[in-house]
Amino acid sequence: MVIGKSLPRVDAADKVTGRAKYTDDLCDKGALIAKICHSTIGNGIVKSIDTTEAEKIPGVVKIVTCFDVKEKHYFPTAGHPWSTDPGHQDVADRLVLTERVRFYGDDIAAVVAEDEVAATRAVRALKVEYEEYPVVLDPVEAMKEDAPRIHEAYPDNVLKHTSIRKGNYEEACKEEGLTKVEGWYETPTVQHSHIENFICYCYEEAGRLNLVASTQIPHIIRRIVGQALGMDWGRIRIIKPYIGGGFGNKQDALYEPLCAYLCTQVGGRLVKLDVSREETFACNRVRHAMKFHIISYLRPDGSYAARKLEVYSNQGAYASHGHSIAAKAMGAFPQLYPCDNVECDAYTVFTNRTVAGAMRGYGMPQASFAYESHTDDVCKVMGLDPIAFRRKNLMPAGYVDGFSKNENYFDSFNQCMDKGIEVMDYYRKKEEFKNQSGDIRRGIGMSVFWYNTAVWPISLETSSCRMVLNQDGSVQVQVGETEIGQGADTAYAQMTAEVLGLPFKMVHVVTTQDTDLTPFGTGAYASRQTYTAGFSIRQTGQLLKERILQYAHRLSRMPECNLDIVDGNVVRITDGRVLMALGELATEALYSLEDSQHITSESTYQIKSNAYSFGCCFAEVEVDIPFCRAEVKKIINVHDCGRLINPALAEAQVHGGMSMGIGFGLTETMLYDPKTARVLNNNLLDYKLSTFMDHPRLEADFVENPEPTSAFGTKALGEPPACPVASAIRNAVLDATGVSVNQIPLRPAVLFERFKEEGLI
Amino acid sequence: MEGKQYQLVTCTINGKETQTMVDVRASLTDMLRNDYRMTSVKKGCEVGECGACTVLIDGEAYNSCIYLAVWAEGKRITTVEGLLGPNGELSDIQQAFIDEAAVQCGFCTPGFLMTALEILDSGIEYSDEELRKLLSGHLCRCTGYENIFRAVKKTMLQRLGRI
Repeated sequence: MVIGKSLPRVDAADKVTGRAKYTDDLCDKGALIAKICHSTIGNGIVKSIDTTEAEKIPGVVKIVTCFDVKEKHYFPTAGHPWSTDPGHQDVADRLVLTERVRFYGDDIAAVVAEDEVAATRAVRALKVEYEEYPVVLDPVEAMKEDAPRIHEAYPDNVLKHTSIRKGNYEEACKEEGLTKVEGWYETPTVQHSHIENFICYCYEEAGRLNLVASTQIPHIIRRIVGQALGMDWGRIRIIKPYIGGGFGNKQDALYEPLCAYLCTQVGGRLVKLDVSREETFACNRVRHAMKFHIISYLRPDGSYAARKLEVYSNQGAYASHGHSIAAKAMGAFPQLYPCDNVECDAYTVFTNRTVAGAMRGYGMPQASFAYESHTDDVCKVMGLDPIAFRRKNLMPAGYVDGFSKNENYFDSFNQCMDKGIEVMDYYRKKEEFKNQSGDIRRGIGMSVFWYNTAVWPISLETSSCRMVLNQDGSVQVQVGETEIGQGADTAYAQMTAEVLGLPFKMVHVVTTQDTDLTPFGTGAYASRQTYTAGFSIRQTGQLLKERILQYAHRLSRMPECNLDIVDGNVVRITDGRVLMALGELATEALYSLEDSQHITSESTYQIKSNAYSFGCCFAEVEVDIPFCRAEVKKIINVHDCGRLINPALAEAQVHGGMSMGIGFGLTETMLYDPKTARVLNNNLLDYKLSTFMDHPRLEADFVENPEPTSAFGTKALGEPPACPVASAIRNAVLDATGVSVNQIPLRPAVLFERFKEEGLI
Repeated sequence: MEGKQYQLVTCTINGKETQTMVDVRASLTDMLRNDYRMTSVKKGCEVGECGACTVLIDGEAYNSCIYLAVWAEGKRITTVEGLLGPNGELSDIQQAFIDEAAVQCGFCTPGFLMTALEILDSGIEYSDEELRKLLSGHLCRCTGYENIFRAVKKTMLQRLGRI
């Protein structure tokens, strides 16, 4: 068994020796350098750009302004699979360069120069004249009648509004003896902050554009670059080497279209576009800030009679992933705590903030903060134990969602909570932390989540795989689902070894995706890689094995049904005799004078299922009331992500998500100047992502219920760890102080206001 | 060549004496990446915030992005490319990063390794809190630092004969 073992990552040795090559490491030193001129207003139009002074700077090769882009090919940027149904296509609202400015930092011109200094100087020398409009940063403000307008096609700034109606909320609230609990919950704009900024380079070869990019989604980027340039998609080739993290930011077309366009403007010469950290914050993607309004009506027995939800999602300036994120957040509400009478509305609203797109959790970190904070508010009002309340009201085992057909097959929530309770010594601490007074107080809190593994049936789920048998019996594997740091390549190698009966070391995963060479797959997003690629790897492996055994039959004359591959050898299963090593067979097959064969297999698997992944977080905090500080003292996440392919890597994945969740809950927020919409903390000093000093030991544990719909029993783990953390911390602060803080991050400025309101300081 | 000035820089990189002309405005990161193709030296912010470009200069860990190339004159520079043993064997800290699953996307890894090496070469047994503080000049978004901590601590204790 190779599955379930904590084998070392297939890329670890290359990464600790510096051999692993990332985009910038591969780019030829002679590349021309592109720099973007970003708008210095948040809303308005570019009246003119004077390039005279910039042209004089030595080393400048080409200056392209928004007025030079004659063919207006509007394109969508979201890294979703394309839909051939126009009704399901993403909103095409971007141009490579734009005259109509919608956020502070919009792309209005670009310079290509011989070196970085010349390019930067030329950008600074451009003289831009604007007509400036007022800005709006808040989605609720943006929906008001007199709010500034951002997109002409959306006069009320609402990109989309969708609803869920179940039962009759209005009638159900009238039931006698109900208790009403109401709250507003607010989450911040945060940025992925992968350590490698976005970078790409492009050159023309054989009449085609070759683009090497730090992206999660090479096959999707090919389509988007084609759309943005009005080129046939086959004339574009995307290569994705190792990437230094993505977390969803690179599940979007960032500057690949602009770089490709600039390449065409300098005769196909090599152009590199390397964005700075400051640009990553202000001009890439961010997580949607959301406001939630929740009303719950509870019966005296602690059950829900009726519930209402409103979600206001801050889209920022362009549609990107758009409403799908708020819709996913809303969709979780009636599923997490099923109730007969529910009314939900979600609005995704344009503002002049940074464009919001996909970020680890796709709406669920926000939703989990709101829903699980509200759950503890309900428990407080009703005088109920938060665990007991959840056991009674959470999605029960056997629950099936009508739309996705996802089923909760096991008692995962209770199993996960039981582990968390035990590790944290939850009930003893709950008792110990009662009736505290003084400046320093401790509290314990928890939170749960569910997460959909992949995107079916909202969108296409397809995975293709290619396997090639080498002369020595080892096998190359290629899939379109990309390695972005999460360890996917290692999981694929383990799966391949398992299906083929090979030692782990005889599997070689081709880590680079190249749209010329890699079979079609849509990339790394959702938490789908091991789930979706698992199907195509199993199917393609079976096909390869069939071909190998057919050839073994020719060589040995033994019936195929009596043959198998075990540990890299062809074995007769009836008596366990080793007939030949796979390497002998492979060499014979390639060089045979009678029957030469290149033994390969390739297949596509369309996945028409999806899987619920579950888990919880328990956190213990210490709150310093006069200093308005909350510090996490102990924290654990427990997940049921099905069968673990590689427990050590799964644990590592949970650590990273927890760290991101702690930042989301306690420190991270992008700050905007209300007058100009400029990002005020566009750097890693002022934007506070968690450092080595900012959290205690991170603990991860698992409940392994093999997912019945999955090729290897596995399901989502990539994003889930980030989902329940902020609400667990917030609920621990509530436990410590009795104060419900409904806005994250729980930084001193936020805690101060609430502690003052509640008379603690 | 208006506005450009070049200067000859002689220094030792990973044990090898080298010499090259550099733009006086260039950072040590630029020189190591562009002139010597030491691509383990990563750029994450170029203002000394993320730690991805860390190298050892005369045994001390520095953010090479905010260290001018010309300052390297006469210095002994070590990058991850210089960590392998004479027969290509991995150093203890590299092996520990692999064994403890401390590597994910790998972009912060070389920088972390260099600071870890400075810590380990000191021969001091640090407390957990001290280790965390010493490593806090590096940002990582993948690992939550947990396994990096395990790898460094384990190697420290191994070197000190504690395990």
